[in-house]
Formats: sequence, structure tokens, C-alpha cells
Amino acid sequence: MGRKRFRFDFWVLITIIVFALFALFMVLPLAKLLVSGFIDPSTGEWSLKNFQTFFGRKYYTNAIFHSLYISCTVTILTVILGTLMAYLTSTFDIKGRGFIQILVIFSMMSPSFIGAYSWVILLGRNGLFTNFFANLGISLPTIYGFHGIVLVLTLKLYSFIYFYVSGAIKKVDPAMLEASQSLGCSPAKNVVKMLIPLVLPSLLAAALMVFMTSIADFGTAMLIGEGYRVLPVLVYRAFMGENGSNANFAASIAFVMVTLTACLYFLQKYIINKKSFKMRSVKTIQRRPIKGFKAVLAHIYVYGVALLSVLPQMTVIVTAFLKTQGSRFVRGFSLDSFRSAWKTIISTTRNTYLYGATAIVLIVLIAVFVAYLSVRKRNALTSLLDVVTVFPYIISGSILGIMLLLCFNTKPLILSGSAAIIIIAFIIRRLPHTLRSSVGILYQISPSTEEAAISLGSSPQKAFFKMTFMLMVPGIMTGAIMSWVTVINELSASLILYTGGTKTLSVAVYEQVSRGNYGAAAAIASVLMLTTIISLAIFMKATGSKEYTM
Amino acid sequence: MSKEIIIEHAVKRYDNVTIIKDLSLRIGNSELFTLLGPSGCGKTTLLRMIAGFNTIEGGTIRFGDTVINNIPAHKRNIGMVFQDYAIFPHLTVAQNIMYGLKEHKVPREEAKQRVEKMLRLTKIEEYRDRLPERLSGGQQQRVALARAIAIHPDVLLMDEPLSNLDAKLRVEMREIIRDIQKQIGITTVYVTHDQEEALAISDRIAVMNFGDIQQVGTPQEIYTRPFNVFVADFIGRSGFFYGEMEGEGSRRRIKLSKDYSLEMDNILPSASNGRVIVGIRPEEFYIAEKGLTAKVRKATYLGKYITYVLEFDDCSIMENQESIEFSQHLGNASALHRVGDTIKLAAYEQRVNVFSIETKESIIRGVARYGQETVSL
Repeated sequence: MGRKRFRFDFWVLITIIVFALFALFMVLPLAKLLVSGFIDPSTGEWSLKNFQTFFGRKYYTNAIFHSLYISCTVTILTVILGTLMAYLTSTFDIKGRGFIQILVIFSMMSPSFIGAYSWVILLGRNGLFTNFFANLGISLPTIYGFHGIVLVLTLKLYSFIYFYVSGAIKKVDPAMLEASQSLGCSPAKNVVKMLIPLVLPSLLAAALMVFMTSIADFGTAMLIGEGYRVLPVLVYRAFMGENGSNANFAASIAFVMVTLTACLYFLQKYIINKKSFKMRSVKTIQRRPIKGFKAVLAHIYVYGVALLSVLPQMTVIVTAFLKTQGSRFVRGFSLDSFRSAWKTIISTTRNTYLYGATAIVLIVLIAVFVAYLSVRKRNALTSLLDVVTVFPYIISGSILGIMLLLCFNTKPLILSGSAAIIIIAFIIRRLPHTLRSSVGILYQISPSTEEAAISLGSSPQKAFFKMTFMLMVPGIMTGAIMSWVTVINELSASLILYTGGTKTLSVAVYEQVSRGNYGAAAAIASVLMLTTIISLAIFMKATGSKEYTM
Repeated sequence: MSKEIIIEHAVKRYDNVTIIKDLSLRIGNSELFTLLGPSGCGKTTLLRMIAGFNTIEGGTIRFGDTVINNIPAHKRNIGMVFQDYAIFPHLTVAQNIMYGLKEHKVPREEAKQRVEKMLRLTKIEEYRDRLPERLSGGQQQRVALARAIAIHPDVLLMDEPLSNLDAKLRVEMREIIRDIQKQIGITTVYVTHDQEEALAISDRIAVMNFGDIQQVGTPQEIYTRPFNVFVADFIGRSGFFYGEMEGEGSRRRIKLSKDYSLEMDNILPSASNGRVIVGIRPEEFYIAEKGLTAKVRKATYLGKYITYVLEFDDCSIMENQESIEFSQHLGNASALHRVGDTIKLAAYEQRVNVFSIETKESIIRGVARYGQETVSL
């Protein structure tokens, strides 16, 4: 009685593999990094010296406040900008809504540092607008520092808020607004008392994403921040420093940053979870016509924000075809920029798509398995896998890069300089998008589908692949597309992990920008944007949009 | 082909919670056997143990001579119909039925013939090439049934197959299931919480509660001679009264009020006198000169009969009962009663059931937990 036989089946094997990967590429490198922050680089002994240096100097501690200040400002601005935009486009009849949608999607499809560098081209010391206005005798405020970072990140990240809130408004049952009105609430008051509270969970989730993204953002602050130091830049500088790398010091800053982001993440998550509820509605809110002065204002706002957010992309494409002289653009068009960067373009495009494709295939596989384990085979062990989704939120790209490099540049496993290490970084950073989709779709697939296949004679793993996996694939695509776009635009981890032979497009753009070759940078960036769009089209075509109702 | 199922001392435990303590049951070859009970009684748990989706922590389950405890689900050769049908949404109706045949490596020609036969048997030939999302609930249910029996399983397991259908379709489908089951003669275990469905469809029923068998018997046995108070209450409706029993042997007198007693002649001779529980169904009452005095509290007209909710004051009724009812068949009713009327009710002594106050089990002669076909374990 009560004997419990352990059966070594397919899912036990998968569990072991997933946990081995998890331990090897996430837990071990992070532990090594955090520990190395406590080692004195000169003596190699345990010490708190790195932390004393960090907390002893305002130069460093200021960065904590700078980072928080930036993230809070960006979050507040994006919430205002994005919510208003979502509200206008989903409740009023705004002309050309499809076009707006395309503009916003387009603005999301390039790395944020491209925004930074475009704004430098336009409003920087030698910027096109700066010079234009200077000729008229007007001097524009500086783009460098706090204002620049906020501008770039806000215009980049408001789209998250816009999409989340639009999605949430779509799920609001109009009957709820009608009910509220029937109870005596005026339409204007309805927005404040019903609509906003109903979309609040989605808004908070998006705001959290914006906050965590902006606190971890590295490229923007690096290009446009100048003297305004933030944590990711400090980590990068300490690691790649001009006066010699100090990995231990970089690790101690990383330790501070990881602790900070982890605390903030869990605090915010706690608040959000307390406020979360689910909505589902068959009917959606009808868009009302809008007339007169109000209509003009609404259109100016919506088009203004959307166009402003794609301005960097436009700038990049236009300047790619401008003639250059050193780092300056001169009158006239030419293909010189493309010609000069041609070799780089070829090799980095190949690298980007080769690594990206490998990463996305593995991302989909791992996401499906992890989702399955944590939903269907839930126990104390597999619930640990939830950390996988949180990890990239807390560990910023540059820190991930450093920890992988520190961990795998010695025997027994040397990966530094290889393509593998970049692919691993891609997978860890971009897995959560696909994983979230996988978990979502899995909840919609009844476990009995798989059991039915088993009852008809399929082995458990066959039943999984023929039923659950096949049914999951269409639903995973939204997440996989997000993973894909962000993989091929990844900068901060690749920047630390690349070598001459494994350079990717975004790294190449960054390199050219930092050398002042704005023409070549624009050419490479245009290739990145164009191929992103093409790959997306192929991706969507290839996977089709079959969805099964269950 | 179809086999009997023998369950001996089965145990189901999740961590430290024991769902099924010690359960034994014999389900005959070709029988349509129903596990009936309220939700959480362990019926689905037991079904999934037979199917192989739940582990068995103790005892044995056999299909014929084969102990199946350690045979994985996909090698047990079962057909299963799920509560949500679990039709494969990415396969057409015909492909759904074909799926199991391919897994069982049935030769192509024969498989095709079997698919045709199943489509015909379940009357879904016209939908063969449709994707399931365009089928109604009843049609999906037919596909699920066709798919399960196409593989010629040793046993057919059905987990609340009709609970997602509307009332009319439920009645129609249960007839179809019964007809097909009889036609192919396959041992079937059918799980439901709907007693009417169980009575209509089953050869035999096991009433379960708290992971234990309360009674096994034919629908008629279970309805007319419930083994204990739980079964009497769960199947149909019963009003429960306290009575004082006296006399000897089979012939006893049970006093229900100061001027009404039941004269019984079918009591277990070994039953001890004193306080007993008497279960009387609404249709087991009749209007009489002499009987219990009852006041009509509520009258509900239901076409064929009227149900009166009654209030008694000269007899002792069991605690925690929602209401005690009397249903008057309108075919032979002499007079209808209104709310507030006082009536005299007697009970058909041959039909009422009497239970021991201690064990809550029946003390009517010949009533046993495992019915006539007692499992010898």
C-alpha cells in the first residue's frame, strides 16, 4: 500500500533539461557576478572595498537618483501621453486610425538608441534644426542630459501604454458604462469613474514595463546623456573603462542595481496584483463621431504624437542618403554612406539574422516547455520557473552581458567571443514575451484534449506534440513576434559580448555613431529597420494566422 | 474486446488526503454501469483511475484477467468520452475518428471502413469533413463517442458526457448513447451527478459519497429500496419521519403519530425495536380517512401532478430537511387542495423504507449494499 513508483517519463526529462539550462546560464552567472562584487581587485580577497568606493562618492551615488528620476519622469509622461492617445483613438472617430496604428508600430520597431542618435542629428550641437535656428538667431535648449533621455524614452515607450490601454478599452463592456450612466453618472464623469478604473490593471502593468525598461536602458543614456550618469552606464564604463577594466567594481555596481530593480519590481508587482481583475466582453465600445474645435485638437494631438515618435526613423532613412563630410551632412544626396558601410552591412546582417533565427526557434521551444511545466505540471519545483519571466526585468542587458562574459571566459566552458553566447543572451532577454503568450494560450486549451489523444493510444509525448503543441503554435505568435523584433534590435548585451566576427547590426550602428560616422550609422540603421519589416512580413506570412476556437 | 472490470480495495491518495479509502466493485461484461453521486464524491477520480490518468495508490484494477495498475493510459485500450468532448479542434470530424485507428495501427482499408461505420452509427456522416468549431454541442458529443468506440476498446469510459448540453438534447443524447452501447455491447462506465440521467440510462448504478460506495443496484432497486438514508435522499425525494417500532420478526408496527401507525411485514427479523427512521417519497402518500395530519403550505402545479409542500404537527420529523412533499397524481385525484387546507395522509406500507437510527441503513428485509449480485471479496 502507498508505494509510489517513480516513472522516468518524457516530462521528467524535459524538467531536468530546463532546470540544467536555467542553472547554468542564469543562476550560476548571476551568482558569480554578485559574488565578484565582494572581491578586492588588487588583492583578490573578500572585501567591501568596491561598495565603499561606490557609496563613498557622490559621483556614483548620484547615478541611483538619476536613474530613479529618469524612470519616474518617463513613466508619468508615457502614462499621460499613451492613455490619452488610446482613449481618443478607441472612443472617438479619428480619421486614418489604421495609419496611426502603423506609425506607432513602426516607432516600436527600432532600438531606442536610434532615437537618441536621431535627436542628436536634429537637435544636437551640430544638429540640422540647431543650425537652422542658429542661423535665424534663435538658440535651442540643449538636447544632451536629462531632457534628452526623457524625450527619447518617452517617445519610444509611450507605445506600450497605448497598446495595453487600447486593448483594455476594447475589453470594457459598453453595458458597464451604460449602467453607470443609468445610475446618474455624466459621460465625462464616466471616464474618470468607470473607464479609467476598469483599464487600470492594464495601465499599471504597462507602466511597470515602461519603468523597468527605462531604468535598464543603456544606449540612450550613453549617447545623449553625456554628464548625466545613470546606473547602466556606470556599470558599462566600469567594465569597459578607458582606464582599464575593473570587473569587480562593475559587479558591485551591478549588485546595487539588481537589488534596486528587484525591490522596485516586486513592490510594483505587489501593488498591481492587488488591483488586478479580469474582463471579457463580446461587445466593444462604439466610437463616437467628434466635431468642430474638439475634433481639430484631437487630430492634432494624435497625429502629432504619432509623427513625432517616428521622426527618428524618418531622420535615419533620410540622412542615410545624404552626402557626408566627416561627421557632417552636406547638401545633396548620394549612396556614399551605403558604399562605405557595405562590408559591415553584409556581415552584420548575416550575423543578426542567423543569431536571431536560431534564438527565436529556441525561444519558442523553451517557452512552450516552460509554460507547460509551470501550468500543467505545477509543483514546488516547477513554480520556480516563474523566475524566468522576471529575470530580464531585473537584470538589465548590460549586466546580463557582463555576467555571461565573466562566467564563460574560463574553462570548463569557454563561450566568450562565440556566437553562442550572444544567442544565449538573446534567449534570456527576449524569452518572456513568448513565454507569456504560451502560458496564456495554454490556459485556453483543455487538458482533456491531450488525455483524449492518450486514451486513443498516443504516448504522452506524442499526445503533447500532436495536440497541445499544435494548438499552441497559432496563439504563441503574438509573443513570438515581439520576441523576434526585440531580438534583432538587441543592443546592450550584444555590445558587451560581441567580437569582430560576431558583430550585429545594432552594434554596428552604435559603433558608427560613437565614432561620429553618422552617415554610415544611418545607412546601417536603415538596413536594420527595413530588414526588420521584411522579416516581420515573412514571419507573419509563414506562420499564417490560423487560430482555433476552443 | 469488451471485458469486465474488477476493482479490489482501490485506494486514491493525493499527498496526505485520502479520496478513496478502500473501494471494491465488479462491473460486468457489456454492462452500462453508472457512478452516481454529488460533486466531490470521488466518482470522476475513480473513473480516471480506471482510465490511467490518476495513479492508483493501493489495491488492484483488472480488465478481465489483466491487472492494469501499472499499464500507462495509452496502452490500456480504453475509449473515453470527456465532459468537454475534447474534440481535436485542428482535425476534421473524420480525422478525429481516424486518429485512434492510426495510433492502433489498424490497416488503412479497415480503418476507413470503421470510420464510415462510426459516422453512420452516430449519424454524423454529413459533417465528416467539417472542423469541429462549426459543430453544435450535440454533434461534437457524437464525434467524441464515435472516436472513442472506433478503436474497439476493452471498456468505454464516459465522464459526465451530457452535462454541457441543454435539457432537451440531453434526453435525446442519452437515448442514443444507450442504443449504441447496447448495439455494440461494450462494458461502459458512465459518470454523472444527474440522478434522472442515471436512472434512465443504466443497467446498474453505484451511488457514491465521500469516496465510498453507498449502494450498488439496478435503477429500480436503488430507487425503491435505498440501502441507507443518503441514497434515499439523493435519489428522488424522500421525507424522513421518526417512528417507534414494536413487535417481532418481520411483522412490526411503526407508530408515526398518536393515531397513525404503519403495519410492516417486511422488516429484517434481527432489527431492534425502538426509534427508527421512516422514509416516505412524495408519491408514496395517499389521502385517507386515517393518517398523519398535514397542512398545505405551498402547492405547485406541474401538469401531470401537483406537488404540495406539507407541514406536520402531530408527528416527529427528522431535522435538516428542506421540505416534505406529497405529489398527487392528477389522473385519479378526487379533489385538489389549496394552501392552508388540512389533509389526512396515509402511506403505502409496501413501499416505504425504514432505516436504523444508529447506522442509517435500511432494515427492510433483503436490502443490501451490493444488491442481489453481492461482490464476493
